[in-house]
Amino acid sequence: MAPKIPPKARLEHSESVTGGAAVDEHEHHPSGPLRWLLTTNHKEIGTLYLIFSLTMFLIGGVMALVIRVELFQPGLQLVRPEFFNQMTTMHGLIMVFGAVMPGFVGLANWMVPLQIGAPDMALPRLNNFSFWLLPVAFLLLLSTLLMPGGGPNFGWTFYAPLSTTYSPPSTTFFILSLHMAGISSILGAINIIATILNLRAPGMRLMDMTLFVWTWLITAFLLIAVMPVLAGVITMMLMDINFGTSFFNAAGGGDPVLFQHLFWFFGHPEVYIMILPAFGIISIIVPTFARKPLFGYASMVYATASIAILSFLVWAHHMFSVGLPLIAELFFMYTTMLIAVPTGVKVFNWITTLFRGSITFETPMLFSLAFIVLFTIGGFSGLMLAIAPADFQYHDTYFVVAHFHYVLVPGAVFSIMAAVYYWLPKWTGHYPDERIGRWHFWLSVIGVNLLFFPMHFAGLAGMPRRIPDYALQFADFNMASSIGGFLFGFSQLLFVWVVIKCVRGGETAPAKAWDGATDLEWSVPSPAPLHTFETPPDLRRVAG
Amino acid sequence: MTPVQRTVTKTLVALVAMVGFTIALVPLYDVFCQITGLNGRAASEPKAFASGNVDESRYVTVQFITRKGSGLPWRLEALDNQIRVHPGQAYEVDFVFTNYGKVAYRGRAVPSISPGEASLHLRKVTCFCFQEQRLEAGERVQLPMVFQLSRDLPESVHTVTLAYTLYPITDHMAASNNGAISQGGDA
Repeated sequence: MAPKIPPKARLEHSESVTGGAAVDEHEHHPSGPLRWLLTTNHKEIGTLYLIFSLTMFLIGGVMALVIRVELFQPGLQLVRPEFFNQMTTMHGLIMVFGAVMPGFVGLANWMVPLQIGAPDMALPRLNNFSFWLLPVAFLLLLSTLLMPGGGPNFGWTFYAPLSTTYSPPSTTFFILSLHMAGISSILGAINIIATILNLRAPGMRLMDMTLFVWTWLITAFLLIAVMPVLAGVITMMLMDINFGTSFFNAAGGGDPVLFQHLFWFFGHPEVYIMILPAFGIISIIVPTFARKPLFGYASMVYATASIAILSFLVWAHHMFSVGLPLIAELFFMYTTMLIAVPTGVKVFNWITTLFRGSITFETPMLFSLAFIVLFTIGGFSGLMLAIAPADFQYHDTYFVVAHFHYVLVPGAVFSIMAAVYYWLPKWTGHYPDERIGRWHFWLSVIGVNLLFFPMHFAGLAGMPRRIPDYALQFADFNMASSIGGFLFGFSQLLFVWVVIKCVRGGETAPAKAWDGATDLEWSVPSPAPLHTFETPPDLRRVAG
Repeated sequence: MTPVQRTVTKTLVALVAMVGFTIALVPLYDVFCQITGLNGRAASEPKAFASGNVDESRYVTVQFITRKGSGLPWRLEALDNQIRVHPGQAYEVDFVFTNYGKVAYRGRAVPSISPGEASLHLRKVTCFCFQEQRLEAGERVQLPMVFQLSRDLPESVHTVTLAYTLYPITDHMAASNNGAISQGGDA
């Protein structure tokens, strides 16, 4: 069971502590212009992460719109094919490493200490460092667009030899920026593990933690396990490009297929890194607005752990068409399908939580419900892709693009938006504007489906991905997608508006901003003061 | 050590272990390919012929494909594009190398066999692919390849494709891969 708000007496106690004398000795946080550069406060660093994530989301979104405007009609209209390739590559890299991952880390920074009753993250200075690596990494990555030969143009999966023998000269900068983003993720993961395992409030057992904390703990372990693999792969690329080694060069005894194995050994756990925290968020929001405890808490934890373990055994389903032996095709096909079981457990648990609940449809709940439906659609197209013989047909078509955008946009991105709407009252002390929030939700849902659903059909009909031109028969699908893309893209300005409006003012939120909320963060005032839980809440059960 | 330091130490150990594992994956992948014959990797050393009778009850088609990597002005042609063989029987096929460049070059033909499971059953005693070649400008040489498909080739395999890709050998490659390229020689 998720922990309940401590008794009233405790609640007052923790409030009085935050305003009391105990705080003063901690009030030495930096002020003035360097405040944000030097801060070690988990809430401020969480805010920085979220602002960074939103900025990257908008930059990556503009690149997506460049892609969609070029694909509005067949033929080459606006951009050169070389630039189009840079746009598809940078869009993917920025959204994966710059928007979704930092978005979840920002939420973890803000909410993990509040949900486990900890005063801060375990390693606050490291926390500051791991954030400030990111702006440097992504400024460097974006600057490659201005370099001679352009930015990375080999797709976000940077397959060798496209990314080695045939890559633009800026690839070395790309490798450096990815190294920095990777180090940032690793340090963030170490910090989150150290926080969750050591700083829980007295009496909070592992199985008392919220699902968001649980999923982040497991995600952090995934990060520790696979970010070194990414670092290894890009280091080998660096050596192939600059030092004459032949890891991925067949002429020198290497093998380009090795690159794909190593990349996807990192890459598949990586896609779960981008979705497990989303599962945690949905598992918190759905019970709140259904006013029922989460159905099957323990099975949710085990399902998350199973997904994480299975993610190491499925990587070659991205490579069905490279010439694997039959036995390997079968193995990876079955393990991939096996992942549908724990994922199905989660979906059914959410639905059962909704069953006979007293449901209200505030904006965070709307985004969560859309997540459940649309993520499941993405899961089903994933199952279609898991069928090895069918994948030979779907491989590298727009069907794949439709699949992973369904799990990442109305999946991961919607869950981050749901989380922002859900926790904004705690962060700012004001409720987000419900009317604009609804407009944002409905325009996003309509836009995202108009954008990505036709891609299924274009892909099944054979339209290949990452190409700036296409045959005439795909024209209608692409026009619909582009209209949806602009609708979705511009409706995100509403999101920015809601957030800014909410920071500036709005209906005042009480400590427990949502009627059905039960977790620990709702026991501290809204907005949450800079220092909370300096005296940890005591959750020990009375003996006997 | 505080509990936090203990946790951090453990995660750092896991991190270093994963770095080591990643580096180890590169040689492990090579070993795995050698043992299983995936990627046709098993075909680059000479092997003694398996003794035993010729299986005259079935024919297998062996196709020869040649390709040229970039940076080498050479042509490689198989004199026979495909032959029908009995498993167990030895055959000789001739290949012609032509350097149509203006200077001498060194290069090597790297074999690859598909389907992968056939690569363990294709035995070559003589092959130009065991060594690098040096061709003067305009030189043309004809080189033999003697092979046998062993009798335990799976029944499901009816066609074996042997592809040779020509790669240039530059000086630093020759230095770093000295052992790997010139090992074997004619048996």
